Amino acid sequence: MKGAVAAIAILVALAAQTTLSNVLSRGGTSIDLVLIVVVYIAIKSGAVTGLLAGTVAGLIQDSLSSGVLGIGGLAKTIVGFLAGVLGTQFIVTAPLPRFLLLALGTVLHAAIFMGLYTLLNLRQFSVAYPQIAAQALGNAFVGVIGFQLIEWFPGFVDRRRAGRFLKR
Amino acid sequence: MAIADIRQRPGVVLAAAILLHVVLISAQVNTASGFPILQVVTFGGFAELQRATMATIDGVGGLWSGYVALRQVQEENAALKHELQTLQVRLQEERAEAQRTDNLRQLLELRQRADLDTVAAEVIAGAASPDFRTVTIDKGSTEDLSTDMAVISPAGVVGRVILPSRRASKVQLLIDRNAAAGALIERTRVQGVVIGAGDGPLRMQYVPNTADVKTGDLVVTSGIDGIYPKGFVIGTVERAERGGGAYYDISVRPAVDFTRLEEVLVVKTPPVSRVIPEEKQ
Repeated sequence: MKGAVAAIAILVALAAQTTLSNVLSRGGTSIDLVLIVVVYIAIKSGAVTGLLAGTVAGLIQDSLSSGVLGIGGLAKTIVGFLAGVLGTQFIVTAPLPRFLLLALGTVLHAAIFMGLYTLLNLRQFSVAYPQIAAQALGNAFVGVIGFQLIEWFPGFVDRRRAGRFLKR
Repeated sequence: MAIADIRQRPGVVLAAAILLHVVLISAQVNTASGFPILQVVTFGGFAELQRATMATIDGVGGLWSGYVALRQVQEENAALKHELQTLQVRLQEERAEAQRTDNLRQLLELRQRADLDTVAAEVIAGAASPDFRTVTIDKGSTEDLSTDMAVISPAGVVGRVILPSRRASKVQLLIDRNAAAGALIERTRVQGVVIGAGDGPLRMQYVPNTADVKTGDLVVTSGIDGIYPKGFVIGTVERAERGGGAYYDISVRPAVDFTRLEEVLVVKTPPVSRVIPEEKQ
């Protein structure tokens, strides 16, 4: 059941990433919704689920892109694994630790992704520290808001139901 | 039992996953021919999902605006306001229709002017990964589209088809880091190669320091790459500086606004530089 929910979340993120790419991309920086979802799954379900989610999401994203199949997958696998490890070792329920985790995850993802492409001499990247920093902040900001909304919504529905019951 | 065991050994799973990726990457890096079947199948399948998502978003958007408009009409209870709103909506629809007609007219004019065998296509999705600059169009191999067909718009060169599936194709935009096109400065006919930089301006390389290049010069396709037909606009020179080496450092502002792509033309006629060697054989 958990696996199915994770798979649906990844598919929704991929669909949103492709259909809303103009909205998510500003000034050379883009929000990576798929990475945000992978980090969330990892925080909630642990290292193994995180790395499996990263593998699946990354490979699908690679096959939909024009790059080498596996590079994005490897980057997301490692980020998913580390996010899962950190999620089980530390308390990451507050917005600030989650913000840091998402920002660091984005930087690590960019380092692995660009590093592998450069190492294999497949693409040349100009020094893009400002873009990576902007993407890290963007992902962290969107992710934290998204996480809070996802966790707040079931409680909100329950409170409304309870309120209606009491009124009766 | 086995799954529970695996969950207790995250290091082993991580090592297996990394190994899988390394094998996958190695296999592709060393292979120069064709596309991985996984890539074709995933892309073909996902193009349908993208099409469905776009249709759902459009449907929900229409339903939402219709509902809100109806509620406003009921609450206001004023016939004049209702009429005004209807007229405003109609005006907007006609404006949108006029805009679309204008876009299509420009495409038609381009098609007639270019005298090439082309197929009009609509952009249905953007890139799946922010690290690549691709779009998905709604025409594929059923329309005889194949790899390396040039994609153009009335403003200029858009990119090339890199992966056609049955009913959709993936197009690599000219601004992608892996994209390149043979180019020349229209005023002086100096040749070079335009490459994508991921976003923003393009870079033009291999233009000798001795050449005459000025800011504002028009850059067009040279046709020597075997993909893009000759003479189509790529952009204008934004900055040209003599570098330390033998070549200019040239920045080119693309003529196409890649954030607002809606309709494009796929050129089915191969350029002369590709036809001649094939005929010789």
